[in-house]
Amino acid sequence: MAASAARVGTRSGARARARVSAAPTERKVRVPDERKVRVPRCGEARVWEQGTGAPLCYLGGLRGLPRWPAFLDRLAARRRVIAPSLPGFPGARGHEELDDLADWVIATLDLLEASGAAGADLVGASVGATLAAEVAAFSRESVRRLALIAPFGLFDEREPVADAFALRKGEVAGMLCADPAKYEAFLARPDGEDEIEWQVTQVRAEEAAARLLWPTGDRGLGKRLHRIAAPTLLVWGSQDRVVPASYAKRFASGLGGLVQIRSVEGAGHMAELDAPDAIADAVLEFLR
Amino acid sequence: MKLLWFHLMPYTRLPEDFAERHPSVWVDIDSRLFDPTLAHGMYNEFMDELEHAAEVGFDGICVNEHHQNGYGLMPSPNLIAASLARRTRDAALVVMGNSLALYNPPVRVAEEMAMLDCISGGRLVAGFPVGTPMDTCFAYGQNPSQLRQRYHEAHDLIVKAWTEPSPFAWNGRFNKLRYVNVWPRPLQKPHPPIWIPGGGSVETWRWCAERDYVYSYLSYFGYKLGKATMDGFWQEMERLGKEPNPYRAGFLQFVGVAESRAEAMELYREPAEYFYGRCLHVDARYAAPPGYSSEATLRARVQSQVVQAAQLVSNERQASTGRRFEDIVEQGYVIIGSPDEVADQLRQVATDLRVGQLMLLLQFGNMDRQLTLHNTELFAKRVMPQLRGLWDDRWENHWWPRPLPASERAPVRERARA
Repeated sequence: MAASAARVGTRSGARARARVSAAPTERKVRVPDERKVRVPRCGEARVWEQGTGAPLCYLGGLRGLPRWPAFLDRLAARRRVIAPSLPGFPGARGHEELDDLADWVIATLDLLEASGAAGADLVGASVGATLAAEVAAFSRESVRRLALIAPFGLFDEREPVADAFALRKGEVAGMLCADPAKYEAFLARPDGEDEIEWQVTQVRAEEAAARLLWPTGDRGLGKRLHRIAAPTLLVWGSQDRVVPASYAKRFASGLGGLVQIRSVEGAGHMAELDAPDAIADAVLEFLR
Repeated sequence: MKLLWFHLMPYTRLPEDFAERHPSVWVDIDSRLFDPTLAHGMYNEFMDELEHAAEVGFDGICVNEHHQNGYGLMPSPNLIAASLARRTRDAALVVMGNSLALYNPPVRVAEEMAMLDCISGGRLVAGFPVGTPMDTCFAYGQNPSQLRQRYHEAHDLIVKAWTEPSPFAWNGRFNKLRYVNVWPRPLQKPHPPIWIPGGGSVETWRWCAERDYVYSYLSYFGYKLGKATMDGFWQEMERLGKEPNPYRAGFLQFVGVAESRAEAMELYREPAEYFYGRCLHVDARYAAPPGYSSEATLRARVQSQVVQAAQLVSNERQASTGRRFEDIVEQGYVIIGSPDEVADQLRQVATDLRVGQLMLLLQFGNMDRQLTLHNTELFAKRVMPQLRGLWDDRWENHWWPRPLPASERAPVRERARA
């Protein structure tokens, strides 16, 4: 970790300060650079950025990015990570303007272009991976290489995708992460954040995901997978309780280009929270 | 005051250990518990009970819409209302639900309700609920984030379809119809009165005020918990400068009448415990799909006092599983007593909550036909006369159906049993 901290600490004063304050024995999550871009119809979207090197764009999962995660830190040690917020997820609004898949794909393309991430390597998790795959299918030139962590989008009724929107309060963390504490820490309200607004932001992210995915089923991605020409890495936590790990094969068999599958032992649906280093390393290796 | 008789049509034979052995009465209720032969009997009893209520003088009879639900056997209230239209003469037919976003295209609602209005000679009240999350988002797969947008568009389309004299094109956000031309058209002009069954959201209150619709709070938790919501509603009406006409408001109350309170405790214990213990056994995972509540409502839920009451409701709901009848009565979920005691309490409720359209659940849970008729009859003969005149000296009910005069109504052939 010391090596990665050294690599990313060079571009801005903010990061340099963060690096200095990092305790030597634990990973200190730094504050990324932040800027705003405009997405037509949806409005402003936050773009977080960190690291240097070839650009890598990341689209977050079911809760978006309420904070900068260790997973992106690890990626940013080697690459320039650009993390734009999808409509409705923390840092962006406008999901209620998007009515169908075409709207979402266009908004995502607009967002990638506005963030300067079009044509870069594209990494997505869960709902973000679904949109990454759609974008790669609709607009081949927008994506160089693709890494998908547990995307939604296919549905096999013999082994159905779980309903991640119908969970009792106490079972959410354990459903989404193999280690519920990782989930709780990711969503914990930072000091100084308003409690009500923090909650509203989280529910809004859930709503945005539901707006795209509800009701959970096949949205036609299966018919478009052959369009994805980008070499694609499929990453799945072996303990994914939402989209079973067997879906990796279903995706792989439909994809048009080079495909690699990486199973991450012991990780859940939000595998990038459960096993940030293992997944970041697999992604970095594939995108090299 | 208007007194209306409301039927939920609960399946009356859920097993005693239902709440222990099954996760939910709604959405994924075990279909092996459904016996169609028993349901044949239930439907016919329930429809008899509604017809009976109309015969003994209730102003209106109410049906509503639920899906995949063990306490509501009416996925299509319009089917029941069609039969009631033929078998009753004067009672208002209050269809407290077509959940507008569930109908594709929504002109289906405009058509069916126009049929009901024509068949009944103009006795229809058109209820337009959004629908519960269980019904709309889970049973019918509607997107919770789009539900309200679709609901509002459907509403606008239906009202226009009822009132626009010429065929028109509808190029809505969710519905594209090149030729809208509802045929038949409603008998009541410009259209049947519209009542909105809703929860406690400020947006709904404002919308009802704007459109001049009846706001109807259909809670299963009685007047004590309903008070906060109705107070909120009336405060909002005052703020908007609307006259405080009690007929703007509907409210639902469970009631059990007997010769004495002691007898009522005995008679209504089992059906009440059945309803609150088994029928309200809803899995919490279906209660709050993201986007179903607006952000304003969400903020209010955390902040306001009105909503502390709503949270109390959900706590109560949790705790009500297997609740004892004593507590059910104490909390005011069910009002019981002798006819005089019930009349006193209901007068108090109607006055406190300022309600002109009082809906009564006199059948609930597994209450059998005999007790239901008894309850209905006692209410009609000995409670109703004591409540009748309330409000009428000062307020006019602008939200009541205007049927054809009796002399112009079509004759209905006597029972054909062939």
